[in-house]
Amino acid sequence: MSTVPLTHILFVSTALFFIGMYGLFTRRNMITMLMSVELILNSVNINFVAFNKYLYPQKADGIFFTIFIITIAAAEAAVAIAIIINLYRTHKSIDVDDATELKW
Amino acid sequence: MKERVRLMNYQQYLLPVLLLPLACFLLLGLFGKKHLKNASGVIGTASMFAVTIISVLVAGRYFFADGKVDGVYQHLIAYKYNWLAFSPTLSIDMGAIVDPISMMMIVVVSFISLMVHIFSLGYMKGEERFTTYYAYLSLFTFSMLGLVLSSNIFQMYIFWELVGVSSFLLIGFYYNKPSAVVASKKAFMVTRFADFGFLIGILVLSFYGGTLDFNALIQRLTAPQSGEFVSITTASFLGISMLTWGLCLVFVGGAGKSAMFPLHIWLPDAMEGPTPVSALIHAATMVVAGVYLVARLFPVFAIDVPALQIVTWVGAISALVAAIIACTQTDIKRVLAYSTMSQIGYMMFALGISRYGGENGLGYTASLFHLFTHAFFKSLLFLGAGVIIHFVHSNDLKDMGGLRKLMPVTHIAFLVACLAIAGVPPFAGFFSKEEILTASFHSNKIIYAIALFTAVLTAFYMFRLYFSIFWRKEATVHGTHNADGTASMKIPLIVLMICSVGAGLVPITKMVTSDGVPLETHMDVLFSLVPIVLVLFAIFFAARMYKKENGSAGKMAVAFGSFYKAATKKFYVDEIYLFITRKVIFNLIGRPAAWIDRNIIDAFVNGVAATTARISGLIKGLQSGKVQTYALYFFSGIAGLAVLFIYLWK
Repeated sequence: MSTVPLTHILFVSTALFFIGMYGLFTRRNMITMLMSVELILNSVNINFVAFNKYLYPQKADGIFFTIFIITIAAAEAAVAIAIIINLYRTHKSIDVDDATELKW
Repeated sequence: MKERVRLMNYQQYLLPVLLLPLACFLLLGLFGKKHLKNASGVIGTASMFAVTIISVLVAGRYFFADGKVDGVYQHLIAYKYNWLAFSPTLSIDMGAIVDPISMMMIVVVSFISLMVHIFSLGYMKGEERFTTYYAYLSLFTFSMLGLVLSSNIFQMYIFWELVGVSSFLLIGFYYNKPSAVVASKKAFMVTRFADFGFLIGILVLSFYGGTLDFNALIQRLTAPQSGEFVSITTASFLGISMLTWGLCLVFVGGAGKSAMFPLHIWLPDAMEGPTPVSALIHAATMVVAGVYLVARLFPVFAIDVPALQIVTWVGAISALVAAIIACTQTDIKRVLAYSTMSQIGYMMFALGISRYGGENGLGYTASLFHLFTHAFFKSLLFLGAGVIIHFVHSNDLKDMGGLRKLMPVTHIAFLVACLAIAGVPPFAGFFSKEEILTASFHSNKIIYAIALFTAVLTAFYMFRLYFSIFWRKEATVHGTHNADGTASMKIPLIVLMICSVGAGLVPITKMVTSDGVPLETHMDVLFSLVPIVLVLFAIFFAARMYKKENGSAGKMAVAFGSFYKAATKKFYVDEIYLFITRKVIFNLIGRPAAWIDRNIIDAFVNGVAATTARISGLIKGLQSGKVQTYALYFFSGIAGLAVLFIYLWK
């Protein structure tokens, strides 16, 4: 069974990372921005799993990290959504450009 | 064992003497305004009454029962607590010294304070800050008693400042009167300036003496073989030995408190305070603190002739100048203020011409004798003036005249006090002045001449005051009500009047001497004759000029011309001070200092602030509030670091 080379997987994760980054910078809707952040996190997860599998097959450190990140991402999504809901209550909008009061 | 018992007893008595007024001050000061509005005067007076009784008892015991050992009055330390210990050899103690002068002073201070407390019950009645007034009086009495009982020079300095503060508070008692506020500030600054000299003097003396304790200091600095004495006399600055420096600087402090020329400018202005306060602080007790200080350190002064010379001449000049100015003033309290200054000058030069021990110490005894008698008749004069001002509602002699029928008690009391201060026998002032004249006659003829002339002037201006107030013209104010004031105002006048007659008979010469050995003095009738005749002549002269309204006073003023004018203007001393402060100090020191402050120090601080503000103006746009911009910065930063670490940091 031929294996997929590591570079392919890294290519996917890099693409995923920059797609997420692009979404984070260009979208004004905060839900979409949150989704973009999740994409970035997942690209990191893929990296962890891939490096674990290809470089240290006997160990499971990378997999543990991945599980941690998924947990934290879930928590982060809950917090972010709470923030977005609150923002919507005060600003009647979830557009980041409408919430720029916190500045000099 | 017997010694121990004796000291314990003094401690028992002297602690309440100090602590009662302090407790009274705290009580009235903290709770008086709310809870003791009406009782404050009675509380203050009652505590003062107790203090007076105890003081008289202690002094009586010291002088007549157990103060003497083998015919010499001892310097005892009633108690001593270690307050601040800096090193095994240097500490500041809180103690009480028991010796002839401190015992005499506690009697004078507590007695005069009691009289003023009683007098104020009537005089200050209805005053809005009545309670505060009594609290201040208690504070002053506490500080003054602490001052005279101090067993070391630093403790004395602490109480010295405390009396200065209470004097400041009481001069400025009518705080909504601008002149009183100015006067209190002036008094504080002048005496504070002088106290700076005192502090340096303390440092000099205690540095060389190695101690702050009076007894030890005197012992070390008067023993010619001691190492301390040798070091302080051999060390010199600008060709003058450190001993002279130290004593002169200490004397500067004394001169400031005692209103000696040229630091006297605060005393006449201090008359802005309530009149009983003037009687207590600025006539009888605080202003003689300088005399007391010199007397306390007298054994050291006595071995240093240059310092004594300075004391002598400052005293003599003050006595003369003040007497001349007093002849021309028209404000009743100012006349009395200058008269006080003149009499304190008397005490000062009497100390200055004195030497240590035996017959040579006559001047010392005479000085303190005069301090004792002066306290009674001068406070009587001030309290009398208080009654008059209370009735006439003016300080100016022009508004008075013919008051003798309206206020018989005050009239008699004032007359007795005038006779006493003029030195007419058998009133108190005669005896003490006579001693001073005798002492000065035997030591320095020029001083004697000044003293005699001052005595004549004193008689003249006091009777000028007396005749202007009580005779001169028919009373312009017709009051049917009691012009002598309430009973609480009359009683102190009568008591002090009796004292002014009798105080001269108290054998101070046998009790207070420079070396503790009682001194036998004898009256020389022929010697006394000259001053008495001259004084009577001066009184007669004053009667001719002021008893009836005639032009002779004005003619006299014209005859003296510019000298009279200069004396009316107090010899322009105030103007000289103003010139020095405004023109010299302000221009040469104040303005450059202000320039440096504004253009260098402020400019630096402002420059730092302005630069910071400018930079922040430039970069504050970066904090835009747009989350995505921040994320971009963050990402570029990470990317930059990645490039740095991966490609450039090899």
